Amino acid sequence: MRTLPISTSRRDWLRRTAAVAGAATLAGCARRSGTHTPRTLRFWALGRESEVVQELLPDFEREHPGLTVRVEQLPFTAAHEKLLTSFAGDSTPDVAQLGNTWVPEFAALNALMPLDAWIASAKAVDPTDYFDGIWRTNVIDGQAFGVPWYVDTRLLFYRRDLWRRAGFDRMPSDWTTFSSALDALQRLGIKHPLYLPLNEFEQLLALCLQQSESLLRDDGRYGNFRSSGFKKALGYYTERFHRGHAAAVDNNQIGNLHQEFGRGTFAAYISGPWNIGELDRRLGIARRNDWGTAPLPGPDGPGASNAGGSSLVVFRRTRRQDDALALLGYLSRPAVQLRFHALIGDLPPRRSAWSMQGADGSTLAQEPRAIAFAQQLERARPTPPVPEWERIVQEMQLVAWQAVKKHIPLDDAAALIDHRVDGFLEKRRWMMQRAAKA
Amino acid sequence: MKRQLAGWVFAAPALIVIAVFFLGPVIAGLVLSFTDFDLYALADLRNLRMAGFDNYIHVLTLPLFWQSLRNTLYFVIVGVPLSIMLSLGCAVLLQSPLARFKPVFRTALFAPVVTTIVAVAVIWRYLYHTRYGLINAGLGAIGVDPIDWLGSPSWSMPAIILFAVWKNFGANMIILVAALQTIPDEMYEAARIDGASRWQQFVDITLPMLGPTLLMVSILTTSGYFQLFAEPYVMTQGGPLQSTVSVLYLMYEEGFRWWNLGKASAVAFLLFVLMVAVTQGILRVGRRAEAHT
Repeated sequence: MRTLPISTSRRDWLRRTAAVAGAATLAGCARRSGTHTPRTLRFWALGRESEVVQELLPDFEREHPGLTVRVEQLPFTAAHEKLLTSFAGDSTPDVAQLGNTWVPEFAALNALMPLDAWIASAKAVDPTDYFDGIWRTNVIDGQAFGVPWYVDTRLLFYRRDLWRRAGFDRMPSDWTTFSSALDALQRLGIKHPLYLPLNEFEQLLALCLQQSESLLRDDGRYGNFRSSGFKKALGYYTERFHRGHAAAVDNNQIGNLHQEFGRGTFAAYISGPWNIGELDRRLGIARRNDWGTAPLPGPDGPGASNAGGSSLVVFRRTRRQDDALALLGYLSRPAVQLRFHALIGDLPPRRSAWSMQGADGSTLAQEPRAIAFAQQLERARPTPPVPEWERIVQEMQLVAWQAVKKHIPLDDAAALIDHRVDGFLEKRRWMMQRAAKA
Repeated sequence: MKRQLAGWVFAAPALIVIAVFFLGPVIAGLVLSFTDFDLYALADLRNLRMAGFDNYIHVLTLPLFWQSLRNTLYFVIVGVPLSIMLSLGCAVLLQSPLARFKPVFRTALFAPVVTTIVAVAVIWRYLYHTRYGLINAGLGAIGVDPIDWLGSPSWSMPAIILFAVWKNFGANMIILVAALQTIPDEMYEAARIDGASRWQQFVDITLPMLGPTLLMVSILTTSGYFQLFAEPYVMTQGGPLQSTVSVLYLMYEEGFRWWNLGKASAVAFLLFVLMVAVTQGILRVGRRAEAHT
């Protein structure tokens, strides 16, 4: 997940307050004029998306006279807590953007409206049009609880000029060659050619998803971190630090990721699609040819990566079900998704949006820096759909961080993660056992 | 009998408010700490189990709890004396007859207390920045190597302490300025006639006269500092490597991030017991010191 600097969350908060105040005033005016019955749909959106989505909404509101969509902005870092609190306090919004790894959690809370019936009848979304790994993140026990809004898979952003100078015209596709490429970059004088922030779990998670073993076993009853697959992933991860390929830093310690990348402090980092727009903005269009994107190398050949991104969900308690579903349908239209992409750079989850011609006549699938994402998305794999996932993955990263800083042996680190994860899953085991008895 | 009833009636509004907004929640929290209330129980109360003392045992055997306790004690033991000394120093300087522009300085020194912590944290994060920060630039000028304030587990707590002390010392300073104004000038005059030096005047007149105020200030500050939360929340999110996780931060994470309200309540009660014990200890020491003089 993206971590925003504190200033942004503060700004979001201020803006949200202003937006709420503004919406309240508008609603007041509308009621007084009394031309049609005004309806308001509360839509919680997160981070940058919440700012950009407002530009897409006037068209939707024109299609549905009387309906106002009130976008309430949440910073990404605080969204999870706020959503849970809103559920506890009976004040869930009608529609929300949800990180797709959170879907199982809110489905377990029985907070989300099941969407299968709507998908079958309204025909607004076609599950087969979506990248498979992404669609599956929204399906819990065979029932869909959300529709993917944009996809976020992690892959390599690298300085093409520097890699070329190190003798690599193309990004290696396997771990061993990748590692020797980093050696070559070090010889060029880049002390730590790879940037792997220790407080972000996505990079290590991607390496884990490249293994054949799942991260949890027995239908999510126990952790499976002592598997040889996880140890291999963790081993490759920690080795990057111990060999100096990456500096042992967290993302608070680096000023601005994109500027440092432009400066050549490091020559590659693993991140998501929004970086395409961000790099153009920070480094300028003129430097476009200096950097590129490439799918993640895997243990032996092209590797998998996470099926991240956000989904749109409708909360069960909504009283505007039809309006809410209409908004889901509207935002899932390939044309609207393409516009959204143009505004923010988020990648659409539907293949038909990728092959649709944009304003300039070309398609997204032809955009050189997006191709790597299209390839990576076909290999995206979902994480285990358990409500405890967020906590499990944070704990995994924390132990990995300790393993890097304190040189904890792999076996001990793996056993420690398993021990803690089994603790988190105790309640889940109890519930499953009880359900089996009943 | 009638008089007694009248007394209860007059006290009733306050008592009701206390019962509804304080006693009720506290008892509910205590009950909660003996259950495993979590996300699943939130969805359906049938998923709630009585846990007995399991939460307390879990918390007391959790390495992170002990680390958070160490972090909190570090913050209190270093932060409280530092904060009070700074407050006292500034208060004495402000009271000095030599000081000019007193209202300006008083306002300037008090300003951090009334500013929003989130806004201030943004500025301090820049000050602490390893490469571009003002603090490291200053240290560099006197030949000290750059310090990774917020990124190194050993410097993160000093950084938080510095920030918290700067943010909070003004409040105590104002209290101490008020207390200093109550010390009669005649005492200093008599001391000067007896030939007491400035330092002797400070130790033998100012400090004893401030005794009760200092006791109150240290109790307030200690209990406030035990509840360390906002500073790590906005500056480091408990990191790096959990070096700035305080007990209250741990409670927040358990309760509102992972929604284990049972365990979070257990943490809260353990912190409560600890704070009562420590403030009682300070009170006892304070009283004994008073009895001696």
